[in-house]
Amino acid sequence: MSKRIFITGIGIISAIGKNIPDTFLSLSESRSGLGRIKWLDTVHKDEILVAEVPFSNEELASMAKVESLDGYTRTTLLAVIAASEAVNSAKITNMLELTTGLISGNTVGGMDKSEIYYYDYLKERKGNSYIETHDCADSTEKLADLFGISSFVTTVSTACSSAANAMMLGARMIQNGSLQRVIAGGTECLTKFHINGFNSLKILDPNPCKPFDQNRMGINLGEGAGYVILEGEEALLTPERIICELSGWGNACEAFHQTASSPDGNGAYLAMKKALDMSGLKPSDIAYINAHGTGTDNNDVSEGHAIEHLFGDTIPHVSSTKPFTGHTTSAAGVIESIISILGMKNNMIFPNLNFSEQIDELKFSPVKQLIPNINQKHVLSNSFGFGGNNTALIFSQFS
Amino acid sequence: MAYISGIGCISPQHTMDNEVFLEEAVNQQALFLQCIQPNSYKEFINPILSRRLSKIIKMGITSALISLKDAGIENPGAVITGTGLGCVEDTEKFLMTMLDNKETLLNPTNFMQSTYNTISSQIAIILKCFNYNSTYVHRGFSFESAVMDALDLMANGDADNALVGGIDELTENHFQITSLLGNCRQEAENNLELLHHPGKGTIPGEGSVFFTLTKEQQSSTYCELKGIKMHYKPANFFGVWIEIKQLLEEHNLTEEDIDLLVMGTNGNQETDIYYQQIHSSLFPNTSVASFKHLCGEYYTASAFGLLLAANILKRQTVPTVCQFKGDKPSNIRNIILYNHYAGDQHSVMLLSKC
Repeated sequence: MSKRIFITGIGIISAIGKNIPDTFLSLSESRSGLGRIKWLDTVHKDEILVAEVPFSNEELASMAKVESLDGYTRTTLLAVIAASEAVNSAKITNMLELTTGLISGNTVGGMDKSEIYYYDYLKERKGNSYIETHDCADSTEKLADLFGISSFVTTVSTACSSAANAMMLGARMIQNGSLQRVIAGGTECLTKFHINGFNSLKILDPNPCKPFDQNRMGINLGEGAGYVILEGEEALLTPERIICELSGWGNACEAFHQTASSPDGNGAYLAMKKALDMSGLKPSDIAYINAHGTGTDNNDVSEGHAIEHLFGDTIPHVSSTKPFTGHTTSAAGVIESIISILGMKNNMIFPNLNFSEQIDELKFSPVKQLIPNINQKHVLSNSFGFGGNNTALIFSQFS
Repeated sequence: MAYISGIGCISPQHTMDNEVFLEEAVNQQALFLQCIQPNSYKEFINPILSRRLSKIIKMGITSALISLKDAGIENPGAVITGTGLGCVEDTEKFLMTMLDNKETLLNPTNFMQSTYNTISSQIAIILKCFNYNSTYVHRGFSFESAVMDALDLMANGDADNALVGGIDELTENHFQITSLLGNCRQEAENNLELLHHPGKGTIPGEGSVFFTLTKEQQSSTYCELKGIKMHYKPANFFGVWIEIKQLLEEHNLTEEDIDLLVMGTNGNQETDIYYQQIHSSLFPNTSVASFKHLCGEYYTASAFGLLLAANILKRQTVPTVCQFKGDKPSNIRNIILYNHYAGDQHSVMLLSKC
């Protein structure tokens, strides 16, 4: 049993970097990963902006040290790259020395291949190595097989809060004593399926997204993966490995609408409140909020009201980093958690790019430019999913 | 641990009425089994809403509501769903329209309802339940992860009860694609004969079972769910053997205390061997009940197995159609439910009479 949960490893890949150092460099230079689609074949190629990982599947396979692309979807390749970096950064040499679990968040699964081969399977009756990669669990099991994990392996799918809920479950399982260490995070590649899905909902911004701006127009989708290594109090034996503490989490359901948030942000408020209560912190202890901030009309007002409701007149620094990475859907929870951790560790707050005008209904503006030399003891990261699956995580400096 | 205090089930059998249990088994010549849906969902779901919902969402909501009613609980402390494939019908509709129309003229409703968490969130929306809500989507661990999450929430004091479901749907298209993998019987088979004809492949199925788990025993309680273990890709049956040994030990029980095994035998002789090895090595004299000839094989079929085990403990009798090996036991105190999917995801649950 362990009361405290520590993060001892982090790994990431997204449009702004193939690893932690590259990601940090892009963030500290305010360099966005948004651009035109290069690798995915879609008719919307020239109409929309996305944050695509700038490598082909072949290049990703070589980075992931995967010999053949057979059975490897882009989602899995991204997962292998980020999870391997996390495992290395935690200096894990023997996976079996601690009871280790693997919990990954995913929603689109192997749809990048299914949308190519679906009619081959159905009409031509031709199978291939991707027929079994359609579901969300496939990428998780590829990781489990790679790392030799058998104690506990599962996949969470709560849409865009999947990775945040994966981290939360991992932390709880260490606390209740069923696991000693967890590789937790999430992965998602761009697919025609969800680009068209968000497009049919008319919430894609054809220009760089402007979260928390009065004239925001919607989302830019992104892709990527991120994983963290969670450990219990055994980590205190090697304190030099500890990156930070995961000190609070909260999950609440808004129970309002399948895809829209309530105007008052009730679900977002409840998730943040639960996380804060659990951590034993006061609202004023939170130095920074990495907002879900998708750039849709609906989310940003709703989340903004929830932040005002919880933090009152002393609102912490807030930014959405989706103008850097795009909305990486199932991976967003962990990618934005890692960005928050990098800011906290390096005394920086990364800006909410593309912001110019405050939302009329809100009393605050997000951080416009990078803030250097700012000590942050505690930071909060929000992730909200379709169906009102809202989760908030709090990370704290280790001392 | 927790108590199973409410059940709602829509399956290929007549399982919607909790007053009777598998007295008449549905028997058909089939390549796959599909659920017997209610004649109308209007008793459970507003017809205006119902028209927009696919089969799996309607089955999920309905079985969830039946389960809560069975337990006399209006607003659960958590809603947690396990589903291997989620909303297949909506996903297929959106995917095929996208392919056919070259990414134009798409209906957002199918996309909105294609995400795996639609069932859990629609249940929460109908109940106005703001509590913990999650969805697990890991093949033969989907339902098990949901159960484990619920047990942990209750142990922690985060919830006094939880609504936990295992749900999957099988569409005609999905069956066609799955059958390419060679895991299905090539010719239609009488489902009640399936387990008597071991061979290559099995009969796929579908179902929706929601359990209301409570921290305290109550008048509606079926049985106690003492614990759960999972093991991913054991090298051989010994990996499962150890999990069962540990589970028994944690609850101060021995093999002799187990009066019945409920196992996920599905007629595929290649993977049914695990069940035979566990039976002969740990419980050679224990009777075995089985269930996949009734619901078919699917990622969350273990939820149907749990429905069977819970009813056996409550009613103290094994439905004749489920008795697989040995004599029908009397005085059934403890049951081990052992299931695996395709030999990869193995799970064990320990259940006790109240």
